[in-house]
Amino acid sequence: MSTFQIVPVGDATMVVEFEERIDPAVNARAIAAAEALRAAAIAGVRDVVPTYRSVAVYYDPLLTDYERLVWRLKDAITAPAPAARVEHVRIRVPVCYGEDFGPDLPEIAKFARASEAEVIELHTSRTYRVFMLGFMPGFAYMGLVDSRIAVPRRETPRVRVPAGSVCVAGVQTSVHPVEAPSGWHLIGRTPVRPFDPSRRDPFLMKPADEVEFFAIDRDEFDRLDRAQASS
Amino acid sequence: MPSVYIVKPGLLTTVQDRGRWGSQSLGVSVSGPMDSYSHRLANAIAGNDVGAATLEVTLSGPELEFDDTRTVAVTGAEFELTVDRRPVAMRSALDVSDGSVLRFGRRIRGTRAYVAISGGITTPSTLGSRSTHLPSAMGGLDGRALRAEDRLPLGEPLQSLRPFRQSRTVESSSTWMLPDGRATLRVLPGPQLDRFVRIAWDVLQSAPYVVGSDSNRIGYRLVGPSLETPGKLDLISDATPLGVLQVPPSGQPILLMADRQTTGGYPKIAAVISADVSVAGQLGPGDTVRFVACSTREALSALIAQERSLMAASRS
Repeated sequence: MSTFQIVPVGDATMVVEFEERIDPAVNARAIAAAEALRAAAIAGVRDVVPTYRSVAVYYDPLLTDYERLVWRLKDAITAPAPAARVEHVRIRVPVCYGEDFGPDLPEIAKFARASEAEVIELHTSRTYRVFMLGFMPGFAYMGLVDSRIAVPRRETPRVRVPAGSVCVAGVQTSVHPVEAPSGWHLIGRTPVRPFDPSRRDPFLMKPADEVEFFAIDRDEFDRLDRAQASS
Repeated sequence: MPSVYIVKPGLLTTVQDRGRWGSQSLGVSVSGPMDSYSHRLANAIAGNDVGAATLEVTLSGPELEFDDTRTVAVTGAEFELTVDRRPVAMRSALDVSDGSVLRFGRRIRGTRAYVAISGGITTPSTLGSRSTHLPSAMGGLDGRALRAEDRLPLGEPLQSLRPFRQSRTVESSSTWMLPDGRATLRVLPGPQLDRFVRIAWDVLQSAPYVVGSDSNRIGYRLVGPSLETPGKLDLISDATPLGVLQVPPSGQPILLMADRQTTGGYPKIAAVISADVSVAGQLGPGDTVRFVACSTREALSALIAQERSLMAASRS
């Protein structure tokens, strides 16, 4: 296990920090540490939250003391219980790229000095890792996007971005679970919903999952969208 | 099913329990009461389990009608209250029955009051909590603030707990002081304090900050001495705990409150101690706040003192 440090944030949270970079290997260590901490079921721990390169451990300071908790965290991370396995699945997401679903596709093509078709090809040619979720329920921060299409986020965020929007910001890509403001670039839309509270498992994407996008045309989008609405 | 009927909703009244813990790794905000001490005190006085859902009232209070014999308690921000037009006291067990009306009058000080009803509010639970999270429209009643003519179901009161007599009023903990336009909040150093210029920690404590008008359950935008970082920081987003002071490039800190997002990329200079987050929950736009450094030991003692007063309230 690599080196890490444990840093307190106030009196009810500790953060286990790994190397400070966006890197699948570092992220894998953070997610494995989070699984180890969950499996250890430490008394007084209320939530375990892996991010790109850290794990936040929220605890009740009346139910556990700081020194003891640090010791238990170190122990659980360095010698994980056998049950602490990271499960991950591969998810394929259909996307109708461009036109009114992807108003920023021309700008990204310009940035990449490529055609829109080539941008779509670059976006669909990689398998992305879900590094973490945040921002809103089911919003997955995925990467790493090909540097040729890694446009920095918009100067002025859009006030309203529809649910299902597929977007890019720097080396990150994501799918909007619900309508919300966003500074990311919109390149397409999927009928798939990353968060649906009526599903048995409301969350489609979880940390460490692998996600691939594939292009569909508008007819196929409409057909899938209708099928989803009626189910 | 016994229920409480919303005659008038007040400015912003939501259902809150302890919060939606355990799903932050999926992007789900914790939510929960802004002043968890007063939320818990209300439950203790009404004879509820600590997990029961209450109503969080903001600045202007609701009018509630009951259809069953219940014990009700109102805590937090100081309001004039009546039950069936008779003045009643805050922080005391109020007996209501079929047809009783609890009406909030003038607000005296503080921002948020909590209404606990014996048996608790039993709107559907989402991901383990009834707390309303307005930004994602989750929990509470259809994920929104209450409206006139809403009706909220009530649970079965716990028979084992005997509520207070109507005449008795509970004292608050000495570590929870209801702010009257200003508060002092104790802070511990944040995880990125070393990213700020060396004097930033002293600057933070040098003068009061004003709570900005665009402050809400997500967080308070504070206006005051600027907290500088040398050059532009490029931090990788990580978790954003309750009570953290994060600082965007403007140098003006944002105090993260109940409905905050689960992650964020701004440096965190400090964290308000748990006991004082409940005090922060009573601040509103235009109020002033001072930050003062404390020790981890002091943070824990303050929380223990609050816990003792809650235990005393539920035992009596």
